[in-house]
Amino acid sequence: MKTILGMLITLSIIGVASGGGLALVSSWADPLIAANKKAATELAIFQVQTQAKDYKPVETVSYECYRVFDASGNAVGYALPWEGNGFQGKIRMMIGITADLSTLTAIEVLEQVETPGLGTKVTEDPFRSQFADLTAEPQVDWVKGAPPTRENQVETITGATISSKAIVAIVNDGLQHLRKDLAEGGAQ
Amino acid sequence: MKKQVTLFTEFTKGLWDQNPVFKQVLGMCPTLAVTVSAMNGIAMALATTFVLTFSSLIISLIRKLIPTQVRIASYIVIIATFVTIVDLVMRAQFPELSKELGPYIPLIVVNCLILGRQEAFASKNTPIRAVLDALGMGAGFLIALASLGAIREILGSRTLLGVQILPDAFEPWLVMILPAGAFLTLGLMMGFLNFMVLRKKTREEQELLSRHLQEPKMSLAKGQEA
Repeated sequence: MKTILGMLITLSIIGVASGGGLALVSSWADPLIAANKKAATELAIFQVQTQAKDYKPVETVSYECYRVFDASGNAVGYALPWEGNGFQGKIRMMIGITADLSTLTAIEVLEQVETPGLGTKVTEDPFRSQFADLTAEPQVDWVKGAPPTRENQVETITGATISSKAIVAIVNDGLQHLRKDLAEGGAQ
Repeated sequence: MKKQVTLFTEFTKGLWDQNPVFKQVLGMCPTLAVTVSAMNGIAMALATTFVLTFSSLIISLIRKLIPTQVRIASYIVIIATFVTIVDLVMRAQFPELSKELGPYIPLIVVNCLILGRQEAFASKNTPIRAVLDALGMGAGFLIALASLGAIREILGSRTLLGVQILPDAFEPWLVMILPAGAFLTLGLMMGFLNFMVLRKKTREEQELLSRHLQEPKMSLAKGQEA
């Protein structure tokens, strides 16, 4: 009985002390972590929407999405963070698209765990720059081993076809959701 | 009574004699996973050292109060607390580094190097010795991870700490920054270091042996002369 009580008391004290200590550290760190996350998102938005000067979250959709405005306050498009499966794990990216959802402005890969030197080429030019001013209607398409012939096509990277296709699939998936939801919620 | 070594030895034994990576082969998961660059290795080792030092200090202080039946649970709670602190501080102050190291920071909780030192050392020794032991083990871990990271970074991406040191003409060995590169580098390093140790040992033995063998021979030779 005495040992059980001792065990209970010791573990309780350790648990409470840990909890208290962590609460203190967390109350200091949380605002900083939130600020870091916001800064990273902001940077990504301005990377995919080069004319953007301001942005506001779209509130009619259930996921994260931003409406961006140029210097004179006109809505120039959307920035949509979206994620999907890559070759080895999740790829998280920011998709920039014009206000009528017809043309991509740019894409930026935020997080990925693709094969270094092969799959990671999807985060770099020239693959990345193919998405600038790319027609996204009816959807983005890919071709393998040949230069793109149509306006909505990108060429996959040799040796990283799966990663390339994954990027295209994520873009299409994100845009499909956005189109549907904006049509339903009534595009502002 | 256990033989007490000097406080200085308590620290230095972790550097080489009981080096956590090369000699005890502990903490392999972070060793292999995060050493794609020297900076990652150093950051990982420093985070581990912080957790190890503070856990050792606290556990050594309260070692007589913890009932034996719940000691492992107590250790884990204390270790997890410090790991969470490290994780929060890194996410707040070094977001880039924290993103690079990803899940490996929270995984320090289950690094067997840390729990191993608590069970084998901190729970049986005074706080001063426990802290020195932890700092020594941490320094040994740092040496191992930094050198492993440096080798992999130089050969795999031509840079050291982000600065390019090999010319563009050198084609980076991609395998070095892939998981296989970690195993190859660690295995070769460990083999090389142990080979050196073994060679030194045999040489010393031979020297000792020849000295003892020569003496009677010399006296024999002298005797013949006389």
